[in-house]
Amino acid sequence: MRKILAMAVALASGAVLAGGSPIEARAAEKLKAAWVYIGPVGDFGWTYQHDQGRQAVEKELGDKVETTYVESVPEGPDAERVIEQLARAGNTLIFTTSFGYMEPTLKVAKRYPKVFFEHATGYKTAKNVSTYNAKFHEGRYVIGQIAAKTSKTGTIGYIASFPIPEVISGINALMLGAQSVNPDMKIKIVWVNSWFDPAKEADAAKALIDQGADVISQHTDSPAAMQAAEARGVKAFGQASDMIKFGPNAQLTSIVDNWAPYYIERTKAALDGTWTSTDTWGGMKDGEVVMAPYTNMPDDVKKMAEATQAAITAGTLHPFKGPIYDQAGKLVVKEGEVLPDKDILSMNWYVKGITDTVPGK
Amino acid sequence: MPLRLERQENISTLRLAAAPLVALVVTLIVGAVMFVALGHDPVRAFTIYFIEPLGDPWTLQELVVKACPLLLIGIGLAFCYRANRWNIGAEGQYVAGAVLGSWLALATHGTEAGPWVLPAMLLLGAIGGALWGLIPAFLRVRFGSSEILTSLMLVYVAQYGLDYLVRGPWKDPQGFNFPQSVTFDDVALMPLLFGEGRLHGGVILALVTVVVATFVLGRTLIGFSIELGGSAPRAAAFAGFDEKRVTYGVFAVSGALAGLAGIVEVAGPIGQLQPTISPGYGFTAIIAAMLGRLHPVGILVSSLVLALTYIGGEAAQISMRLPFDVTRVFQGTLLIAILAADVLVRYRIRRVEGASHA
Repeated sequence: MRKILAMAVALASGAVLAGGSPIEARAAEKLKAAWVYIGPVGDFGWTYQHDQGRQAVEKELGDKVETTYVESVPEGPDAERVIEQLARAGNTLIFTTSFGYMEPTLKVAKRYPKVFFEHATGYKTAKNVSTYNAKFHEGRYVIGQIAAKTSKTGTIGYIASFPIPEVISGINALMLGAQSVNPDMKIKIVWVNSWFDPAKEADAAKALIDQGADVISQHTDSPAAMQAAEARGVKAFGQASDMIKFGPNAQLTSIVDNWAPYYIERTKAALDGTWTSTDTWGGMKDGEVVMAPYTNMPDDVKKMAEATQAAITAGTLHPFKGPIYDQAGKLVVKEGEVLPDKDILSMNWYVKGITDTVPGK
Repeated sequence: MPLRLERQENISTLRLAAAPLVALVVTLIVGAVMFVALGHDPVRAFTIYFIEPLGDPWTLQELVVKACPLLLIGIGLAFCYRANRWNIGAEGQYVAGAVLGSWLALATHGTEAGPWVLPAMLLLGAIGGALWGLIPAFLRVRFGSSEILTSLMLVYVAQYGLDYLVRGPWKDPQGFNFPQSVTFDDVALMPLLFGEGRLHGGVILALVTVVVATFVLGRTLIGFSIELGGSAPRAAAFAGFDEKRVTYGVFAVSGALAGLAGIVEVAGPIGQLQPTISPGYGFTAIIAAMLGRLHPVGILVSSLVLALTYIGGEAAQISMRLPFDVTRVFQGTLLIAILAADVLVRYRIRRVEGASHA
């Protein structure tokens, strides 16, 4: 009798426990993911697009995730604290979205081996640190062709941020695209030494227009250059996000960073337990590099741009396909060969036809 | 209704002590209104802002780490400001110190250099900052140029110099052309005080500085000559204190402490040279010095309070998803309230009768 009673108690308590545990398990399954941003979410450029990606994760995965972000975190001693604070707050997947967060991310990752970290635009990884970036140079090849077709002065103005490989390869891809249409295209480059400085970006755009550039391209994050182009009646390309509302008559297209597919995939992997450290470099094919609608151009230019975009997406066209010569006229990529990814990622030289020199070289 | 501020001669210490507390209460009221308007629970916000960071050993350490450069720079600025010399360029002296100190770390990188590296780096950092600070002092003494302008302009010179170095000659050769130096060797890094957290040896240097500066400013002839030179320059001249020597002296001390802060930060929490090594410490330290009433112990307190507003602000962003701008507005409210309370304690508001044309 006593035995039966004991069994009944055991069963009952087992049932309670069994009934309780799924709820607990479900609560524990909810993944906390966090983003660290270099600029304000309202920059309409780089950070804005990352935050669009974060919102897409929330939309796609609903109540399986809880996301948070910290904006305007300076690269430097503060970054490490912010990242660690996020890890301590129970976030198990943390995206750090600026190059300068690389070392702080690695340092914090060492102390929190169970947290997954994702660092954008860097080159160092660890067991729990992935790195990711997008092949923006694919888009730059397309806009180079459009620029060569559009420009009357034969000069493209380029507002550049920092002379790191990503920016150098962007300038080269644009030039190669332009040269494929008009081998005599010229480029003028202004370095503003900032990712986000609307006043400087606008000044640079005006200076370039004064020097005869009539198509403006930028590798900085604010729409200031687009606004300057609109005011001066020249054409321009947007950066990171679709900037058409800042230049309804000026924008030809924009290279849009679409982080949503990557963020959703990685968050799902963290939920499934299939997350591993990876090095991802997605492009048009992966939907990470998207072209905003082609506007303010004749139909034949639009058709050419669409065809190029389709060829790059299909993999039949590669922006860095030989023959490519450097400024000194030396053959760097042979006919029929393609520059390997690692050489694009560490690019520190200009292609033939650029009369400027790489800063610091 | 015309109003006038009148300086009060005798202010009780009680009122002086009460002023920051009143300011805090005002900030809390303004903050509460703001948080309610944004749909957040103000009590929870304040708890996250001010209470939670103090209850956790990790955040406490971070608080001190964040306050350390503000404290070092702020004490240096107190020397200048007491003497009525307006050094606005501590940020540049911070960078100059960091650069000169880091030179040794990079020069000995990968060698068998011994434990002498770090002390030598700290010394070089102080020298670098002092030399950078002596430039505006020289320009003022020799040509009578405003040190406010020259020290501020030198900030940009220092920052662009650093920028050039990390993108050019001091760039990590293995770094894919990215703008940063190699990470320092262990002998060139500040030792950590505990196994966990980022509390480093620089904090001890800062605390020693508080004690020494309190003594020098309060108990020595040097401190007296600085004070007198600031409040009554003619009397100081009659007493035989050399105005030029005071100018050079306070700028050297101020620059040295800012430079020390710079190298401590680079050899401590950062661990390498990179284009940005300061989130504006040199400028925030001006606020720290003023809030601390130019007294080293006061600056110790104000540095910690300022650090708390940063860390609390980050915590509020993380756990309440408050936007960055709201935390900045809240910080600004606190600073304005403290400065206003300060003025209202020292001055009396008087209605000026019969002066309606004014």
